[in-house]
Amino acid sequence: MTSADLTRRTAAELADLLASGEVSAREVTAAHLERTRAVDDRTHAYLHVDEEGALAAADEVDRKRRAGETLHAAAGVPIAVKDVLVTRGLPTTCGSRILEGWIPPYDATVVRRLKDAGLPILGKTNMDEFAMGSSTEHSAYGPTRNPWDLERIPGGSGGGSSAVVASHQAPWAIGTDTGGSIRQPAAVTGSVGVKPTYGGVSRYGLVALASSLDQAGPCTRTVLDAALLHEIIGGHDPMDSTSIAGPVPPVVEAARRADVSGTRIGIVKELSGEGFQAGVQQRFDESVQHLVDAGAEVVEVSCPSFTYALATYYLILPSEASSNLAKFDAMRYGLRVWPEGIEDPSAEQVMAATRDAGFGDEVKRRIILGTYALSSGYYDAYYGSAQKVRRLIANEFAAAFEQADVLVSPTAPTTAFRFGEKLDDPMAMYLNDIATIPANLAGIPGISVPSGLAPEDGLPTGFQVLAPAMADDRLYAVGAALEARLEAEWGGSLLGRAPDVQSLPLPAAVPATHTTEA
Amino acid sequence: MTTMTGGTAASAEAVLDYDEVTSAFDPVLGLEVHVELHTATKMFCGCPTTFGAAPNTQVCPVCLGLPGALPVVNAVAVESAIRIGLALNCEIAQWCRFARKNYFYPDMPKNFQISQYDEPIAFNGWLDVEVPAEHGEGTEVFRVEIERAHMEEDTGKSTHIGGLTGRIHGATHSLVDYNRAGIPLIEIVTKPIVGAGERAPEVARAYVATLRDLLKALDVSDVKMEQGSMRCDVNLSLMPKGSSQFGTRSETKNVNSLRSVERAVRFEMCRHGAVLSSGGSIVQETRHWHEDTGVTTSGRVKSDAEDYRYFPEPDLVPIAPSRELVEELRATLPEPPTERRKRLQNGWGFSDLEMRDVVNAGLVELIEETVAAGASPAAARKWWSGEIARRANAEGQDVPTYAGVLGVTPAHVVELESLITSGRLNDSMARQAWEGVLAGEGTPTQVADARGLELVQDTGALEAAVDEVIAANPDIADKIRDGKVQAVGALIGQVMKAMKGQADAAAVRELIIGKLT
Repeated sequence: MTSADLTRRTAAELADLLASGEVSAREVTAAHLERTRAVDDRTHAYLHVDEEGALAAADEVDRKRRAGETLHAAAGVPIAVKDVLVTRGLPTTCGSRILEGWIPPYDATVVRRLKDAGLPILGKTNMDEFAMGSSTEHSAYGPTRNPWDLERIPGGSGGGSSAVVASHQAPWAIGTDTGGSIRQPAAVTGSVGVKPTYGGVSRYGLVALASSLDQAGPCTRTVLDAALLHEIIGGHDPMDSTSIAGPVPPVVEAARRADVSGTRIGIVKELSGEGFQAGVQQRFDESVQHLVDAGAEVVEVSCPSFTYALATYYLILPSEASSNLAKFDAMRYGLRVWPEGIEDPSAEQVMAATRDAGFGDEVKRRIILGTYALSSGYYDAYYGSAQKVRRLIANEFAAAFEQADVLVSPTAPTTAFRFGEKLDDPMAMYLNDIATIPANLAGIPGISVPSGLAPEDGLPTGFQVLAPAMADDRLYAVGAALEARLEAEWGGSLLGRAPDVQSLPLPAAVPATHTTEA
Repeated sequence: MTTMTGGTAASAEAVLDYDEVTSAFDPVLGLEVHVELHTATKMFCGCPTTFGAAPNTQVCPVCLGLPGALPVVNAVAVESAIRIGLALNCEIAQWCRFARKNYFYPDMPKNFQISQYDEPIAFNGWLDVEVPAEHGEGTEVFRVEIERAHMEEDTGKSTHIGGLTGRIHGATHSLVDYNRAGIPLIEIVTKPIVGAGERAPEVARAYVATLRDLLKALDVSDVKMEQGSMRCDVNLSLMPKGSSQFGTRSETKNVNSLRSVERAVRFEMCRHGAVLSSGGSIVQETRHWHEDTGVTTSGRVKSDAEDYRYFPEPDLVPIAPSRELVEELRATLPEPPTERRKRLQNGWGFSDLEMRDVVNAGLVELIEETVAAGASPAAARKWWSGEIARRANAEGQDVPTYAGVLGVTPAHVVELESLITSGRLNDSMARQAWEGVLAGEGTPTQVADARGLELVQDTGALEAAVDEVIAANPDIADKIRDGKVQAVGALIGQVMKAMKGQADAAAVRELIIGKLT
């Protein structure tokens, strides 16, 4: 089997090939590393590739397999990890200059679980700085390019994880989703992304953007792969107080059964129609019809408070972020910048100079917003009100789930846009997450599966499914059913129709990013 | 009368005579006490809490605030907090949350402190403390109302190098030890204490002392003020007599001994009095207490209203102690110190005055231990409140601490008393032996041996001396023969002198009386 063949396989297929001894973990890992060497100058999806570490981990799996040791079913299937999860001995920058050069002394629980399962870690993927953004244009290390069209964004913040998967540099990857950072990149790259129930996957070692919203999850090419990965990383962690003490929902079983007969599918009135690109809406409507054809019932539900979700999100997120990011102060780790023109600077002056140089514009914008929203005299009007609306949104979800087993919407309002298109208009950028944010506010799980290509631009569109907390299995049942019908219609996967990245002309440059205003 | 305090010109501030202050103003006190719990592990991680470990050896990603790390609440610390709340007669919250207190400082690893804000674990309590009666003899109970007791984590400890004062000003660099970061703290805040009048300094001291005893009895903290496991901030304001409108307060930080609490309150009253009576106004600020000079100096001005941007800690779930747990914990509470003190006083047979002195000197536990070790209560009180107390006071320390420094133990007192009761030493010899013990010369027996302290047991020599003195004082001898026994004192003195003090005065007395009656 050629290495190109290996990178075309799903994680589940690779697991079977490895288990049967047909291929070694080293071969699989080396194939993906080779692919990265061939294409990542075009995608810039990785911030750090750990060839040595990944191959060593693969060799260890091969050794254990030869020795007859019991291995995890997915042992030897390599993976990429978003650079927001700490990895012992591997750089973790969160896409920020302020963490340049920092080598964490510990592993995130998610990373620990990947290692325990024998998944070689290929590298760390690019992202918007501290996961703030919907395009990876806010990465301090330059943006990731969409494998479908190198002039376009791969989504964000986890554009790197979706791009490595979509460009076959990794069979699967870990992303994190605070307001859509797994699902929106999945939608615009034609891949699958899942945000599990809040608390379903440990946040220990996930560098916090907004603690009450962040959730790590799978980025894959198939629904089954996502379920397999979800099972590896999910479950209670005593190191995370907000982690749910209970078993991982039966996600793999649901993905395999792909059964939607009798499932009530709720279309959220507020999450479609106006503001959604015609082709996106069209593919969404077709997908709903597929589910009906597969035996689902359709109901329409209304969640009026969703209108306020974006505003609520942009008060809660910056508030928590302003506090979470306070630790980056040059005192203990990461960047340290001496202020110019001050002979004997104080600790505060060093902190200020470092934060000025180390944080990008979007990060500064949100720190300032959050600091303001939490300030004495404004707290009740901003943070306090936002928490109330958040409660309303959760209540409306609960009411909607009385009428429907799952809720559906287009994942993102548009297909991938061009670099620079929304960089100077934060509001336009924020609107990308209009359909994904409500799930984070309510702590419920969501999936994005490919729904086709928009007729007007030939770019991927995503179909979002939302389920009640701890009913993550429903995402997989609906996602897998839709995937099966669409792939039957297309005669293969959507990504099978993507252009070969290697053959795409390398764009001269992308617009300057991460500028610090003078 | 207004005088200037000592120190540099910058720190010198006018103070008013204490009596003048209390005749014109009523003080309003507020005491904030931080107590480090002596749990085995930190508040939000599994790091050990041993005091005095090498810097930065008791740290992990959580208490260092490394990116990605998350806190997990120490259940034992929560139980300790509830027990403290119950012992302070507080209500225990049905449901409460932690909050983040945001501010930048190098010894704060996350640049926010996990604390509690508007939802403390315990609130609305009181603590009765004993102070000298307002009129006349004895003591009376003063009730201090408790606003709240809440949980939080300690910060790291900064050491500023190169400056003259040990403060950051003038330092060339600073060292930070994060061993202390994340140690569980309980902050206990009183409601404004009014009505203490001229006894405000004593009330403040008695409150902190009683609180310390209570926390010690609860076995939740080492409560060693000198090691910082109990730290006190004193808030004070004055209002003109007859007014009920509180004045502007100052916050004196880190007043870390009982004696300093009393002195700091008194100093701040005198300082406020001077400012107010000269028509000035008090600046709301934090003040530094100087143990050596007994004055406070201006710290940070708080007029720019510090904004800590509190919000509920999203990394932790709410604390909702069941009522069953609360009742279980209530059943573990020790005897309240005030009641305990009454019981001990009765058992020891001390007068009110004796007991008060013992309590004020912080000797209750020491005497209790000494009695438990075998000494009589009277001997325990006598030896712990004598020479050692005088020296401890001169060193600005309390007796238990000072005894610890000297290595003097209850066993020493027991041994000293047995040397007296066995007839080896008389009282003045015992005092010499005790001095030797305090000087580090060894146990009382070792000191007595080394210094040759021993009553003359040779009755022949003693009888000869008695006979000689009787012969030399026929007039006195006759008086005694006539029944005026009180005259024996004069002869005892001469015999003791002849024996160079190495005789038991009681035995000499008996011998003389035996010979003359």
